[in-house]
Amino acid sequence: MNKSIRVALIGNPNTGKTSIFNQLTGLKQKVGNYPGITVEKKEGICKLPNRAKAHIFDLPGTYSLNTNSLDERVVAELLLDQKDGDYPDLAVVITEVENLKRNLFLFTQVKDLRIPTLLVINMADLIPKKGISLNVDALEKKLDTKIALVSTRKGSGILHLKELIANYHNLSAGPTTVISKIAPEYFSKLKQALPTENLYRLWLAIAQKMSLETKNAIPPASLPILSHKDLKQLQHRETVLRYQFINNALKETYLVDFKTAKGFRAVLDKTFTHKVFGYILFFMILLTIFQAIFDWSSYPSDFIDAQFSEISGWIKSNFPAGILTDLLAEGVISGIGGIAVFIPQIAFLFFFISLLEESGYMSRVVFLMDRLMRPFGLSGKSVVPLISGTACAIPAVMATRTIENWKERLITILVIPFTTCSARLPVYLILIALVIPDDSILGLSYQALTLMLLYLLGFGMAIFSAMVLNRILKMENRVFFIAEMPNYRLPLLKNVGYTVLEKTKSFVIGAGKIILALAIILWFLGSNGFSKNFRNAETIVSERIEKQGLTPYSKNYIKNNIDLYLKNIHTSPTDRDQVSGKRAIQDSVRIRTRNLEENAKRQEIASYKLEHSYMGYAGKGIEPLVKPLGYDWKIGIAVLTSFAAREVFVGTLATIYSVGNDQEETIKNRMAGELDESGEKPLFNLASGISLMLFYAFAMQCMSTLAVVKKETNSWRWPLVQLLFMSAFAYLVALTAFQLLK
Amino acid sequence: MATVADLKKGQKGVILDFDKTSLPIKLLEMGCLPGNSVELVQMAPLKDPLYINIDGSHIAIRHDLARQIPITVVEDHKAL
Repeated sequence: MNKSIRVALIGNPNTGKTSIFNQLTGLKQKVGNYPGITVEKKEGICKLPNRAKAHIFDLPGTYSLNTNSLDERVVAELLLDQKDGDYPDLAVVITEVENLKRNLFLFTQVKDLRIPTLLVINMADLIPKKGISLNVDALEKKLDTKIALVSTRKGSGILHLKELIANYHNLSAGPTTVISKIAPEYFSKLKQALPTENLYRLWLAIAQKMSLETKNAIPPASLPILSHKDLKQLQHRETVLRYQFINNALKETYLVDFKTAKGFRAVLDKTFTHKVFGYILFFMILLTIFQAIFDWSSYPSDFIDAQFSEISGWIKSNFPAGILTDLLAEGVISGIGGIAVFIPQIAFLFFFISLLEESGYMSRVVFLMDRLMRPFGLSGKSVVPLISGTACAIPAVMATRTIENWKERLITILVIPFTTCSARLPVYLILIALVIPDDSILGLSYQALTLMLLYLLGFGMAIFSAMVLNRILKMENRVFFIAEMPNYRLPLLKNVGYTVLEKTKSFVIGAGKIILALAIILWFLGSNGFSKNFRNAETIVSERIEKQGLTPYSKNYIKNNIDLYLKNIHTSPTDRDQVSGKRAIQDSVRIRTRNLEENAKRQEIASYKLEHSYMGYAGKGIEPLVKPLGYDWKIGIAVLTSFAAREVFVGTLATIYSVGNDQEETIKNRMAGELDESGEKPLFNLASGISLMLFYAFAMQCMSTLAVVKKETNSWRWPLVQLLFMSAFAYLVALTAFQLLK
Repeated sequence: MATVADLKKGQKGVILDFDKTSLPIKLLEMGCLPGNSVELVQMAPLKDPLYINIDGSHIAIRHDLARQIPITVVEDHKAL
């Protein structure tokens, strides 16, 4: 087998690096993380014309090897560490034809590390349109490299690039600039200290050392020491030196006729960044995204939900009854189903976000919103994640990666869970229907107003806590806000597709593992118990039913069901005068009643079991804690299970109230019929209802969000802060509300 | 002395020599070097952030950073 070569794709953001990666590797790619940090590591395999295989790494986009963010640090670290298993045999620097000058800056740095370096000039199809004339042969000589002109849009030049990669050993590894020029004395000292080391490499390691623990072992002790100010001075000189080299290389090889170049961009910018129209347009785009997430995605979501309950049912009826089948059907399948229903929302969200990003529009939103967000410790780059949070906090937290300022990013991550995510919706809807009068004021229904208030409350709380956090968090905030405003481009649907696929996959697998584990634990706690009551539930309940009959609720439910059944028969054209017909009806009613009674008995046993399961005891255990909020132990359990995911609330109450199906109307009626312990007032009244809604509005009840926050902040500290702080706050607010209203 | 923050929309300037250590290195790497041209493309309400074109590089920076970049304003009659 041929030895495969390692190729690193390096380039500025917005140069189409990822498109090139996609075209080189196709779907044969995998996304992982760099060890210990959350920067995505993408790699794939590319078959070369000479039948060798190239291992391609798509490094994070960076403007320079002087690092500003986590993403950029990865690039510098990898290129410095020759012992790293991923250290490239070949660096492919991706540039785009319109920003060639700036893009070449990174090229000179990479090449000065003496790594064989290839240059890709992407978006070559724009050369005539933008009035650019480019002399490739002459530029190759000036830069001492090989150039591949590529257009990912047209799909041209990829084969040529592959050929160049295959013949990489013909490339020169000579440097572009003599770095010692920036401080001859200092560099001669460096050379004395480490005579064999490449000076630029050494310099880069020294310059980055304050912020970067390089893994390679350069003994710093023997080196002359620079003050911070001197270091910046030298970096500045280096920048000037590199641009001198670039300007010289481009002088005769790359000419732009600016009259042709202007035009479209200026026109679009006039609209998109306009002081008035810019905001209106942005608002309209937001509305469309909300529409997609709340309305359009409900069809595929419902479909997925139905499929999973079918699978669960199928397993129950086709597998031998027993503990394993229960675990599979109720724990595992419903757990996975709980994740899968979010796929459409997440896919839609990432579809829009990547569409807006690919087109270049997102940078304009950042520009428009930055000033408005700043008083709250947020940045223009926080807007998109906060919007995403109304669908689901998980992708929203992932979307904060574009914020290079760590403090602003952290605040954004911490406040996202306050925005009203879609999992709160079922809880709100059922509680509103129960406790808010079905009345209206000035044509506005109280119920709709309440829902709207809850949304505003969530957003307001996010902004308010951002402001508080901004005061509290003491962090060095050296990173300046510099946002590139890339040119507008028609998004490549293929790229958008890849992004949607990849993000959705990473959501399902990443968050899925945790949801799944938790679902299994909850199921276990709910279906196992240590007490005699639990083990003998069947006998106890059967005996009780024999003595006292079914509970009033079950009786009532059966009666209503039969009445409805008879009414339907009544209207159907059967010949009821026939004796045989009458008997048939009586028979069928009898059978039906028996079945219903059987069912009710099973439900009551299940309910009794739950009450005496580990979870039931836990519920009883926390009852003193939730009582001041106006909840009984059953609501307590529902709240407790909701810490896995909020939408579990309704389902848990359904199980507890032994209502067989998840039809909300039935659960609602059952809930409406519950009385508090005095037996006089309904359990779900205005006071306890509002208290519950406020609790759900503020509490951090979502395992998967916590997991994602852990992943993104790379520590348990921040998710724990969220969990404890938000939940304590929710508790206090709910307590106050109930005590005031009761 | 005039700075980038003083530019009017559509106005151009040439960057002057500045204190080498005051500005973030990233800004220099984006092309903000003495002698290069700079144009104010667009500004958000309250003149912050500013959307500028430095030597072909289109970036947005906040007002506080723009105030640290000294320039001479170029009267743009020739462009007409």
